[in-house]
Amino acid sequence: MSATMTEDTPAKGVVGTRMLRREDPALLSGEARYVHDLVVPGALHMAVVRSPYAHARVTSVDVSGALGMPGVAAAFSGADLAGEWGSAMPCAWPVTADMQSPPHFPVALNEACYVGDAVAVVLAGSQAEAQDAAGAVAVVYEELPAAVDLEDAASDRVLAHSDLSSNRAYTWELTPDADAVTRAFDAAAVTVKERYVQQRLIPAAMEPRGVCVVPQPFGGEYLVYSATQIPHILRTMLGITAGVPEERIRVVAPSVGGGFGSKLDVYAEELLCLVLSRRLRKPVRWSEERSEAAQATIHGRGQVQEIELAADTDGRVQAVRVRLLADMGAYMQLVTPGVPLLGAFLYHGVYDVAAYSFTCTGVFTNKTPTDAYRGAGRPEATYAIERAMDALARKVGTDPAEVRRRNFIGADKFPYASAAGLLFDSGNYEGALDAALELVDYEGLREEQARRRGQGASKLLGVGLSSYVEMCGLAPSRVLASLNYVAGGWEAATVRMLPTGKVQVVTGATPHGQGHVTSWSMIIADKLGVSPEDVEVLHSDTAVSPLGLDTYGSRSLAVGGTAIALAADRLIDKARLLAAHRLEVAPEDLELSSGQFSVRGSPSSAMALGALAFEAFTAHDLPQGMEPNLEASATYDPTNFTFPFGTHVAVVEVDAETGKVDLVRYSAVDDCGNQINPLIVDGQVHGGIVQGVAQALFEEAVYDDDGNLLTTTFTDYLVPAASEVPSFSLGRTVTPSPSNPLGVKGIGEAGTIASTPAVVNAVVDALSHLGVVDIAMPVTPERVWRSIGAAAPGTGGGR
Amino acid sequence: MQVTVTVNGTTGSHDVETRMLLVHYLREVRGLTGTNVGCDTTSCGACTVLLNGESVKSCTMLAAQADGEEITTIEGMAAPDGTLHPIQEAFREHHGLQCGFCTPGMVMAIASFLKEHPDPTEAEVREGLEGNLCRCTGYHNIVQAALAVARAGELVS
Repeated sequence: MSATMTEDTPAKGVVGTRMLRREDPALLSGEARYVHDLVVPGALHMAVVRSPYAHARVTSVDVSGALGMPGVAAAFSGADLAGEWGSAMPCAWPVTADMQSPPHFPVALNEACYVGDAVAVVLAGSQAEAQDAAGAVAVVYEELPAAVDLEDAASDRVLAHSDLSSNRAYTWELTPDADAVTRAFDAAAVTVKERYVQQRLIPAAMEPRGVCVVPQPFGGEYLVYSATQIPHILRTMLGITAGVPEERIRVVAPSVGGGFGSKLDVYAEELLCLVLSRRLRKPVRWSEERSEAAQATIHGRGQVQEIELAADTDGRVQAVRVRLLADMGAYMQLVTPGVPLLGAFLYHGVYDVAAYSFTCTGVFTNKTPTDAYRGAGRPEATYAIERAMDALARKVGTDPAEVRRRNFIGADKFPYASAAGLLFDSGNYEGALDAALELVDYEGLREEQARRRGQGASKLLGVGLSSYVEMCGLAPSRVLASLNYVAGGWEAATVRMLPTGKVQVVTGATPHGQGHVTSWSMIIADKLGVSPEDVEVLHSDTAVSPLGLDTYGSRSLAVGGTAIALAADRLIDKARLLAAHRLEVAPEDLELSSGQFSVRGSPSSAMALGALAFEAFTAHDLPQGMEPNLEASATYDPTNFTFPFGTHVAVVEVDAETGKVDLVRYSAVDDCGNQINPLIVDGQVHGGIVQGVAQALFEEAVYDDDGNLLTTTFTDYLVPAASEVPSFSLGRTVTPSPSNPLGVKGIGEAGTIASTPAVVNAVVDALSHLGVVDIAMPVTPERVWRSIGAAAPGTGGGR
Repeated sequence: MQVTVTVNGTTGSHDVETRMLLVHYLREVRGLTGTNVGCDTTSCGACTVLLNGESVKSCTMLAAQADGEEITTIEGMAAPDGTLHPIQEAFREHHGLQCGFCTPGMVMAIASFLKEHPDPTEAEVREGLEGNLCRCTGYHNIVQAALAVARAGELVS
């Protein structure tokens, strides 16, 4: 069971309590509807014919064979559909003015650029008929050399697109003071230079993607059901790309079975279903299969990192210098080039570092496009600095906890202006480290480790730390502008009280498992003095929630929740004026408690918000100039990111004979500011940890030299099961964010950001006495076994 | 071919394609969409249902193989008045679900597991669920939910 280090946020009402989720009964009973569950009479099912080559010229596409197959209604090549597009597929984050981005169309025209690139589509009365007929489309390919390996692609030996002069899409640099960096490295008594590979990951949300587009009865309008995190962004982008006026598109994200960033995109299949339903005047739907998802849905990570630290003899870090190669894959998807930038400011981690330099080059390869995957840039940054800090600790002969302690940004230094240019809002990094070490009994573990080593035990113990900070709550629009992102970072909300005193909340945040309905109900319940059950939350449908920027980047509470709280405050302001009018007192003489306005010093003179809502609805006796109804809206643009932090500790047993790694214990102390619902926070941390553990130990999208993806099923791509991870002990410290009125930070990605380096540090720690200093991810038994053999011949490990 | 299957206590006879999988029969013919499809290699367990009280992955058997048998899906777990089954209730109590997509399969797998292991250890629960993948919860709270049901000893088979 979870242990909570500090008391939950003191609550007058329900905020801060472990209220059970309101979403659960529908999900537990099978009543919830995902896109694939929707029954739409007359819908055509789309199957996509995909390139089996990583890079090939598409010489001809003949769909006639498919057209004769049972149930087939239509089939199209890329050329057949060329006239449907208003523009190429969107990339919303051209990080530099000179960024290269080859045009990307939902169906390739002349050149297929990764295994899985669409070359034709078939539509039939059933999914099985469409899939059967897809096999009858005759495509003639002329195979071209493929750029597969990231570093090889960066050399331009083979070009990923025949119309590009270089695979290098952009180079983005952040070096506020180059001289300071040079001076620090010149003067450094100790330097560390590490190279890490962030393997490609497949997001693998349990629900594969699905789309269903239904032409609406009034003509020229389209109802788009999609398993998406971003109905609002999708509507705008579908409009632009398909040449449909935006207001004629309604996007609904029904129950969505997880996203983790993979459904934060504008995909070919969404565009295809839209334009094909326009062309054929029928509903068109597509359901992704798992093996198709491995190729057709974005991948995460995919970087080669070089990180250097300049330090003094005590291990105090003076400068950090980072160079990245980032694998874009074959095309820029929605925010592909910007993912490394979300980590670009954080490679000094939680440490007070005076000089900073970061450079990233984005590189095209003939592989599935990469894009945001849980943490997006921040897990990569945290991995690099936290692994490098352990390397530094070894170099200066200090315990990993101690080297962190010597370098932390002190709790008295907040708000902290970082050398990279951020203003960290609040923090107490040493407090979180202390709590984590106590929770896991760090001293006891070190003694046990020494005992096992002394006895020559075959099961070696390793302890790994990861102290992290991340930037989330995306994002201040002005900051996004400075990073060349084409949209803003605000979120919108409306709160209205109905005549019966019930409350409707309209939000632009788009949940897909996070429990928003519960959390928003709790915020409103305390604001308006109603029961959470009396709050209806409207979301994920652009017809009822037209304004929003959706859910990603741990932004929903810090930005969307704040918008809801501000809208509720405005509603209260209006209700106060109405109450003052009815009670014949001055507004400032009223105080609000548990949903009731009462006259200060005369509590018997009072009116409840519910009664005021009815008065505002009848509008029989409103103050002069007041509009009917209790309703208010707010659009909140954050003034800063938020900066959650904490320390995670992984404990592993490594079998020196076989290389098998068992994660035996895991403790995490996280600080996400004030918590609305610690039950939900715990769940986010648990799931986040396992996703990071998965990168450390199990998962990798493996390509062969020809660019074939070898891990297309769950038998090859090892999403961990319950038997492969332990239970977790969680603690929390609470350092409210001063950046928003709720004092919240965000917790959706923290677990994933923190856990990967903790686990790999633990494995290396277990083997450090043998001379092992690094093992590539995923840390498989074979890699462990070989690294033991390489570091210490004759100790049992192999080569 | 004709199949007669009792699903959640209701017997129905239908003409189905011989290649139709049980999961598609449940979803498309019987209209029970609570059972989800999460993969195509019998790896994820999202489609787990009970066949005569024992868990099976309904993507791994044909509708024809269920002819004459009794199937329970997630829709058949709660009482007719909507009262959740103790396993469903434990999932809610322990926050054992987030996006909910794996949840029906998890609940069915646990129902079958606890019938065979009424007093399991945590390690046994984890081993018993290794055929069911979840991407959201990290399993911690799913395991807690299963253990809580076992401890309460209130499992209705």
